[in-house]
Formats: sequence, structure tokens, C-alpha cells
Amino acid sequence: MRKTLLALAAGIALAATSGGAAFAQDKFKACFVYIGPVTDGGWTQAHDEARQYVEEQLGDEIETAYLENVPEGPDSERAITRMARSGCNIVFTTSFGYMDPTIAVAEKHPDVMFEHATGYKTADNVTNYNARFYEGRYIIGQIAGNISETGTAGYIASFPIPEVVMGINAFLQGARSVDPDFKLKVVWVNSWHDAGKEADAAKALVDQGVDILTQHTDSAAPMQVAEERGIHAFGQAFDQSEAGPTAQKTAILDTWGPYYVKRIKMAMDGTWKGGESTWDGLKDGILTMAPYRNMPDDVKAMAEETEAKIKSGELHPFTGPINKQDGTEWLAEGETAEDGTLLGMDFYVEGVDDTLPN
Amino acid sequence: MDVNMLQNILLTIATASTPLLLAAIGELVVERSGVLNLGVEGMMVIGAVCGFAGAFITGSPWIGALAGILAGVLLSLLFGFLALSLATNQVATGLSLTLLGIGLSGMIGEDFVGRAGIRLPRLDLPVLSDLPLVGKLLFGQDPLFYVSIALTAAVMWFLFKTRTGLTLRSIGDNHKSAHALGINVLLYRYLAVMFGGACAGLAGAHLSLVYTPQWVENMTAGRGWIALALVVFASWRPWRVIGGAYLFGAVTIGQIHAQALGIPIPSQLMSALPYLATIVVLVLISRDRRLTVINTPASLAQPFVPDR
Repeated sequence: MRKTLLALAAGIALAATSGGAAFAQDKFKACFVYIGPVTDGGWTQAHDEARQYVEEQLGDEIETAYLENVPEGPDSERAITRMARSGCNIVFTTSFGYMDPTIAVAEKHPDVMFEHATGYKTADNVTNYNARFYEGRYIIGQIAGNISETGTAGYIASFPIPEVVMGINAFLQGARSVDPDFKLKVVWVNSWHDAGKEADAAKALVDQGVDILTQHTDSAAPMQVAEERGIHAFGQAFDQSEAGPTAQKTAILDTWGPYYVKRIKMAMDGTWKGGESTWDGLKDGILTMAPYRNMPDDVKAMAEETEAKIKSGELHPFTGPINKQDGTEWLAEGETAEDGTLLGMDFYVEGVDDTLPN
Repeated sequence: MDVNMLQNILLTIATASTPLLLAAIGELVVERSGVLNLGVEGMMVIGAVCGFAGAFITGSPWIGALAGILAGVLLSLLFGFLALSLATNQVATGLSLTLLGIGLSGMIGEDFVGRAGIRLPRLDLPVLSDLPLVGKLLFGQDPLFYVSIALTAAVMWFLFKTRTGLTLRSIGDNHKSAHALGINVLLYRYLAVMFGGACAGLAGAHLSLVYTPQWVENMTAGRGWIALALVVFASWRPWRVIGGAYLFGAVTIGQIHAQALGIPIPSQLMSALPYLATIVVLVLISRDRRLTVINTPASLAQPFVPDR
């Protein structure tokens, strides 16, 4: 029942957008497909603010369009097709689950350029782009290791995809860099955006004695629980300090704007090529850290130093020796992780107190 | 596990179950009158956004709760006009009500996203609220928890102990006979539908004023559908709705705790557990076919035109 409804909703959303998109065909058109509402206060809002940044920067040269609340799966294929047919020159699809649909639609529309976020597949007219979120996760992990009194953090996770697993591992690496016994409890809510479930998970974790909350889901509900229970938390994708004025220590902010401007300019002057993968990090400005607040000065100084080291390339969050969860060696002393391994990460590092779902 | 933790877990379960109970008990009355309103999700989400808006604008969460109720009633009147006065197909009308509610709430809520909400204050009695184990559970919860329990008891009394309740049930079983007896079928049904709207609106307001005091688009996330299922689960009996809502809430929270404890069961299975548990119990209690048939309102979802 719910699935049908979502399909209907997507259909209506499509009908609504196509109505307004029929003018000015000669302008270069950049289009975006979003998983959530543009006002989600998290992942999707960060992408949409980047879209608005593109409009500010490129002004009259281009027009943009977007579809929001597009569920992953078959519905997204229809939505992306719709975008490709409505005169979009370049389409950005901004959720992991849009990967196969994007590839499928791209095959049928060779004249349109596609960019898929956070996946790993490319084609002649498809690139993928991602941000090294794990760099930020390492920093917040390190802060957690410093300020936690119980030595245990709670991690509210969405789906067991490499991106999320990598984040969990990076957080624990950061925390264990200062507290080798640091523990991590993981709860999977199997949703990107369900404030109620996220709040339930947050409360359960606090009840079990964590004093740090971090999340890989999109709502500010866990931050609110952290504020209420007087513990520490970190903003996800977006500054959530309004929900947690004292709870938020910092936030990992997604700053896609400059990347979008660069890629759209390349697409306009013909230098855009398919098959490429872009994976930028803190040093490229695609990620930024919100101001470090509500923590002792020495912890703040340490976080700033780590951020600077990651930017300069002096520190890689995944530097050996690191064992896998089962105790077998993953990285030897001094060895750093390869990008390919990270992008396909399907294992926990040693110390995660959870069984990875398949 | 110490006593405090147990109490906290039970409190979390109560908070997770209350919106389901509120929405389901309202829909139960609607269905007992022979009307199927599938728009619970839509009325809930409108209740959530209007509840948040009311509290945010006036600064009073109580006015917010009233705004949520009012919004639910208004939307249910739209359903009433279409499905009762114009005798449209109830299933289609209810579905479109949900779509309307989700869209409309997104529009109303645009300015409220990411704003800090106001929580309905919890009950706080001297001494009593501080009793070990049961203090907070009995005397320290949010006001809507007590409302949901009282409402269920009231509905139980109304349906089975009052004449008006009997009339309402008879309309649900056979609206033609009721009409022939001179009962104003549409009036009863309108009132039932409005009650359902008020309950769904309040359930929504619970989400944005108690559960997670903020407005997030589509924040009901399917809870309206679960409430609908609970009515069938309860075979249209009020006390079973409490059981169903708390079973669902308990399994939902329990599986999260199991995950946080690191119990090695796949999380996808865990997340599906509340639904599985509900289905299993549903199958078990509907083994007695006679009882199920007796309880099902016989003219459920059938349009009624007075002059026919």
C-alpha cells in the first residue's frame, strides 16, 4: 500500500514539475533529483542550497530544475527519465540508490550528461562524485574520544552500504586514536529520514549508557534527544545547532556548490567527460567543519590540528596498523587504505560492537 | 539493567505507542459507523504541521495541540463531504486525502523546517513522580499519554454501554435498516468521521509536540497506515487497540535495544519485527472466524444514499 502511494506521490510530483519546465529550451539546463524534501535540514537541503549557489554564480547563462522526494528504486528511473527528456543537459542524481537507474537511463539518453553522487559505477556519459565524509567522521570521532566520560558512543545508521560502514569505521578510528578502549554501539534504523525512529534509536542508546550520539541519517531528532538528555552530539550534513545549542560540538557540512559550478561550466564549454570519478575531501572545500564549540580548548585545538593535517595530506584516517573486526590484519604498520577498498567497504574494523548486516 | 533503565525503556515505549493508539481509536469509531477513512496518514501529518505551527506562533504547546485537532477535523470534513454527502468511493477518497494531507503539510510547513519546537510539558507531581520504577511511568508522562488511555476507555464505554453507541454500531452493521428506523445515518457518520479526524490530528500533534518536537516533512512516516492496520488487528475492539499499539511500540523499541546491545540478528529482520509480530498475533486472534465476523461492521466502506 505504502509503495503504491509513494509511486502516486512521485507521479504527481513529476506532473507538477514538468508543467513549469517547458520554457527557454535554448538555455543550458542543469537538473537535480533528490531523495528527500528540499527542506529536510540535512542531506537534500545541502544539495539544494548548492543548486541555488549554482544559480547565483552562473545567473542568466543557465536554468535549473529539481525533483524532490523521489524514492530509490523503479520510481527513480522514471523520475530521471523524465528529467532527461525534459531538456536537461546535465542531471545530478543525489542518492546512492539512484546508481543503477542512472546508468540505465544514461544508456538510453547518450546526449545527456549524468552525474551520480556517492556510488561507484560510471559510463560514457555518467560520472560519479563523492565527498570524503570519513575525514570529517575521523575528526568527530577524535573529539568523542576526548570528551566522552562513559567511553561509549552511539551511532544511528541508515543502510549497510559502503558509505555508511566507512563512516562508522572512520569514527571509531578517530575515537581510538585518543582512547584505545573506546566502544561503539550501532543501531540500524533502515531509513534515511524518519524522525520518530531516529529519536527512538537515540533514546535507546542513551538509556544504554552512551554519552555521545552521532548519526548517518538525515533528521535533527537525535540532536534534539542529545540536547534534552544533556549529552554530546554531532550535526550531520547540516548545522543542527538550533536543535542542539549545547549538544552540538561541530557538524560535518556538505558544501557541494563549488563542485557543481565547476562541473556545469565544464559541461557548457565541452570539456566534461564521462567515466570519471571525483572524490574530494576537506582540502577541496567540498566538506567543511562547523565551528568547534562546547568543548575544552585543548580538545578544540586537537580537532583543528587534525583537520589541518588531513587537509595537508599528512594524516590519513585509515593508516595502519588496523585490523578487521575478526582480528585479521587489514592494513600493516604505516600503510594507508586504497580508495577502491574504502568505496566498497563491507567490513568493520576491530572494536565495533555490532554484526554488519548483509 | 537497573530499575531506572527499565523505567526509561518503558517510557520510550509509551511515547512510541501513544500516537498509534490515538489515531487508531479514532479510526475505530469511524469504522464502527461503517465508514472506511484511509486518510488517517494525511490527517495525522496535517495535525503534526498545524500542531507545530500553532505552538510555534503562539508559544503555547496547548494551543498547538488544539490546532492539530482542528486541522484533523477540517480535513475529515472534506472527506465527509465527498464520501458521505456525495457518496464517492471511500477507498479512493481516503487515499487522495492522504496525498492531499502530505502535500498540503509540506507547503504549510515550509517556514517551520529546522526550527526548534516546543514540547508539551510532562506531568510532574511532588513525591509521586519520583517513586522508583513506576513514578515517571504513572505520574510523569506527557499529557497526551493520559488522554490516549482515557479516550480508549471512553470509547469502550460509549460503544458498548450507551444507547447512542449501540445506534452507531447498528448503523455500521446495516445502514439501510437504521435509516428505515428513522435514524439519521449521515449525521452519525459525520460525527464519527470528525471524531476520527480529531484523534488523527491529535496523534499528529503528538509527533511534533512530544515525540520529536520539530517539524519534518512527512514526519508521520507511515504511522497512519499502522494505525489503520491496528484497527483490523483489534477486530474493532477498543481494548485490543491498546494491546496492538503497545505490542507494536514494544517490539519497535525492543529491537533497537537488542541492536544496541550488539545481539547478532540481522538489523533488517529486526526492523521488520514489529510488523511480523503484529501479523502473527493477528493470525492467532482471527482463528475464531465467528468472532471476527461478528465484530466486523457489515456495511464497512459501502456508500449510503438516504433516498435509496
